[in-house]
Amino acid sequence: MMLINFLTKNSPVLIPILYLSMGLLIPVIAGGRRHRLAWPTIALVILIGLSISIFNIFAVIDAGKPIHYYMGEWVPPIGIEYVLDHLSAFVMFVLNVVAFLVIIHAKDIVRHEMPGKEVPYYGLISLMLAGFNGIVVTGDMFNLYVFLEICSLAVYGLIAAGEKKSLVASFRYLVMGTLGACFYLLGVGFLYLTAGSLNMADMKAIMPYIYNHPTTIIALAFMALGMALKMALFPLHGWLPDSYTHAPSTSSAIIAPTGTKVGSYVLIRILFFIFGIKFISEMLPVAHIIAWMGAIAIIYGSVVAIAQKELKRMLAYSSVAQVGYIGLGIGLANPLGLIGAVLHILNHAFMKACLFLVAGNLRFKIGHSMISKFNHSIRKRMPWTMAAFTIAALSMVGLPPMAGFFSKWYLVMGTIKNSNWIFLAVVLISSLLNAVYFFRVLEKVYMKPLNSGSPEESDENTKPTEVGLQMLVPTLVLAVGLIVIGLLNALIVKGILAYIVPLAGM
Amino acid sequence: MTIPETYTSLIPLWAVLVSLAAVPLILISSKYRNLRETWTIAASIIKFGLVLSLLPGALANKTAEIKILEVFQGVDLTLRADPFGVFFALIASGLWIFTSFYSIGYVRGLNEHKQTRYFASFAVCLSATIGIAFSANLLTFIIFYEILTIATYPLVIHKETREAIIGGRKYLVYTLTAGLFLIAAAAWTYQIAGTLDFKAGGLFSDGMLTAKNALPLFLLFVMGVGVKAGIMPLHSWLPTAMVAPTPVSALLHAVAVVKAGVFGVIRVVGFVFGPYLMREFGLNNILMTLAGITILVASLIAMRQDNLKRRLAFSTVGHLSYVVLGAAMLTPSSFTGGMMHIAFHATMKITLFFVAGAIYVNLHREKVSELDGIGKVMPWTMGAFTVGAIGLAGIPPINGFVSKWYLGMGSVELGNLIPLAILVISGILNIAYLIPISYVAFFKKGEKLEGKGEAPLFMVVPLVITAILSVILGIFPDLFFKFYKLAANIAVSIIGAN
Repeated sequence: MMLINFLTKNSPVLIPILYLSMGLLIPVIAGGRRHRLAWPTIALVILIGLSISIFNIFAVIDAGKPIHYYMGEWVPPIGIEYVLDHLSAFVMFVLNVVAFLVIIHAKDIVRHEMPGKEVPYYGLISLMLAGFNGIVVTGDMFNLYVFLEICSLAVYGLIAAGEKKSLVASFRYLVMGTLGACFYLLGVGFLYLTAGSLNMADMKAIMPYIYNHPTTIIALAFMALGMALKMALFPLHGWLPDSYTHAPSTSSAIIAPTGTKVGSYVLIRILFFIFGIKFISEMLPVAHIIAWMGAIAIIYGSVVAIAQKELKRMLAYSSVAQVGYIGLGIGLANPLGLIGAVLHILNHAFMKACLFLVAGNLRFKIGHSMISKFNHSIRKRMPWTMAAFTIAALSMVGLPPMAGFFSKWYLVMGTIKNSNWIFLAVVLISSLLNAVYFFRVLEKVYMKPLNSGSPEESDENTKPTEVGLQMLVPTLVLAVGLIVIGLLNALIVKGILAYIVPLAGM
Repeated sequence: MTIPETYTSLIPLWAVLVSLAAVPLILISSKYRNLRETWTIAASIIKFGLVLSLLPGALANKTAEIKILEVFQGVDLTLRADPFGVFFALIASGLWIFTSFYSIGYVRGLNEHKQTRYFASFAVCLSATIGIAFSANLLTFIIFYEILTIATYPLVIHKETREAIIGGRKYLVYTLTAGLFLIAAAAWTYQIAGTLDFKAGGLFSDGMLTAKNALPLFLLFVMGVGVKAGIMPLHSWLPTAMVAPTPVSALLHAVAVVKAGVFGVIRVVGFVFGPYLMREFGLNNILMTLAGITILVASLIAMRQDNLKRRLAFSTVGHLSYVVLGAAMLTPSSFTGGMMHIAFHATMKITLFFVAGAIYVNLHREKVSELDGIGKVMPWTMGAFTVGAIGLAGIPPINGFVSKWYLGMGSVELGNLIPLAILVISGILNIAYLIPISYVAFFKKGEKLEGKGEAPLFMVVPLVITAILSVILGIFPDLFFKFYKLAANIAVSIIGAN
């Protein structure tokens, strides 16, 4: 009983604190010769984080309205406020569930790819999650910047831990990411100068009074630009492909599904919860611009993905396209588009995590993930991994009853609602492009080579060498999750996402 | 006609799931082929029994319905065994039984690879087909329609030759694109009407559609369902997909997949737009023109094909548009004729494909020009072929005559004799491209046929039965399954609603 009371009272702040403190404590707990403790610790920590985030969702559904937490009992706008509403609770859940599954999967592969570096690696993971969760739950614009820097620093490290080229990729991300954060900070500064507040809800209330102020417009431009950089929205995606390709398998599997999503989340907060739908469509047509950037990203990312020779790189470009979906949904600025975008945060997190885990499994067992070297022996060696890949691929193409279909359905509805036929065409064409690059892989994996030599030559390496259960189960859970989410999407939309629409002022 | 009533029943759901449940069993028993095939046969017979048990209800206008779960605000994943759904499900599940037996003979006769994948995919296809038949709304329809697309793909590329893979790619491009058009059409329909439920006579209320949006919406629908229905110029995947093993071509490309397409056309015409709106916006004329052109052009192309399966494929394209034409004419008789042609063309065309497969397994011949004299060694097979050929040309007493008769009556009711003329010309063309095959098979002298006999019994028995079925249904169209009564009831429910 006491635990529940404690949780209800403090639930918004618990997760960031948990991860932040554990990020510092992991080196202590698992330092030196106790390095074997690193993985159990981080797994346990994320399990706790996940439990709290599930508790949070039910708390918010129960309350039916946002739950506020005032840091040190300082009332906003002076103090820092944490807000747990349907949107933040939902995104936090997505972050934690994906992180948990990926970390379960990570044990062997981290040891394999980065022997002896587990302790700092898991410490950084914890820090990164502190940053992500903090960004999501905070109701204060400057506090958000602080968490943004925390997670960015952790991510630079997580990417740089990979193969040789990852250093350059990480440096590039560092430059771009810092720029993005700076733009955001500049925007916050402009707003603070004009309105004298850093609290998001407060700012929304002040907005009508500073509506025509040129600095407000500049602030919006800076903040939106900063977040577009962070979420890798075309044409600001340059840092993403290299980072995801060269990062360690676990890093790509955890950052790809979550990192860009957090950027998208902040964009939603800025556009609808700080500036409001009226401002972003009347004063500065940011929504429209973002929708166009999203539409171009969808086509560009998909087309470039077709040309990739390496699986992780293909997935990275596909991420560029999928972020475009979210951007397009946000930019449509209508309820259906917003629901589609938020639902796609969940769907894409599951799909990409699953696909990157598959890539990790391949690298672990086969030693590479070059698409050109794939052949049907992979199917025989790793039947379950490839089954998971197939489900995730079909979901990416947007085929029912997989989850991907339903976010596409909402986006299609959203574009029709706005009578924007170009965007409708973009969403539909992108499905076909996705089909091209995924069936290209599926064909190689499931069919015998066309001009192969004798059948005996492949026999020796067709014994099943599936990865261990610890890696297999998370991969399959994500894949099955895609079907479950797809079938239960109405439940998610009705129970959680529908509440976001009025909160966003639509 | 009695007042329609609906009751909740799980039978439609079981009918969909039974073959899906067979899939894991098929996969597990992949090493024991007799056990594996037992699952297929068992699933097909149970499925048919379940569908058959829905027939009395459908005839009495009592509709079984099951809401599974909500998938979109106000739209449930719903299975409803309305008369039209039962009609289509009966055909698909009934012919699956024959195809299962025939498949066993075919894959074993040819010692095909990856037989487990083959039977598993087949079972998924049948689940999807029955799901399409029982879909109560557009969203459910789309879900099963897309599942059918994907489940058919492994069957199309089964041979894994370059030709098969290219055929598979083409198949995917056409059908996935079609699915996208359908999604757009459904989303738009929802924005306009606020509902996606199929309703006899049309789901739009007065004044919802205007001249501005009716035509583009209809074209989206036609492109969506028209690909699987083989309406020209969207047909070209169909002949290419004939690289699939013959039982696949037989069931999927003469019964399930393409019929799901024409089934969709009738759903769109009769249950989404409705006859009144079709006429008001002149949409029926567009559909009629497309169907008429398809019938004639496909028959002409069929004459020039030397590959037997390709010839049959183009014949399928033509006959599918009979159904489309029936829907486009919008009269009671034309609807009845069109729907009956779904059933009757299925029994005839499946016979012809079975024959083509039997010839291939037995003699390894695929070309029409190589068939001289084979009637003497395979009399039963070629006899069945002749029955099917006569029927497709619309000559009594085969069932093809009956459906064609009603289509012709529809043309008279409409007061427009062009469709009738098209049907007559098409009949003559059918004779021209099918009967000569029977002729050379029986009356010309063949080469290298010494010592050859009939194909395996697993193949010959099913094809003889389907041929006999075609004759029986030609003489007594209402026997057994009440195809005529069902079709006439459905036609009245569509037309009478206005």
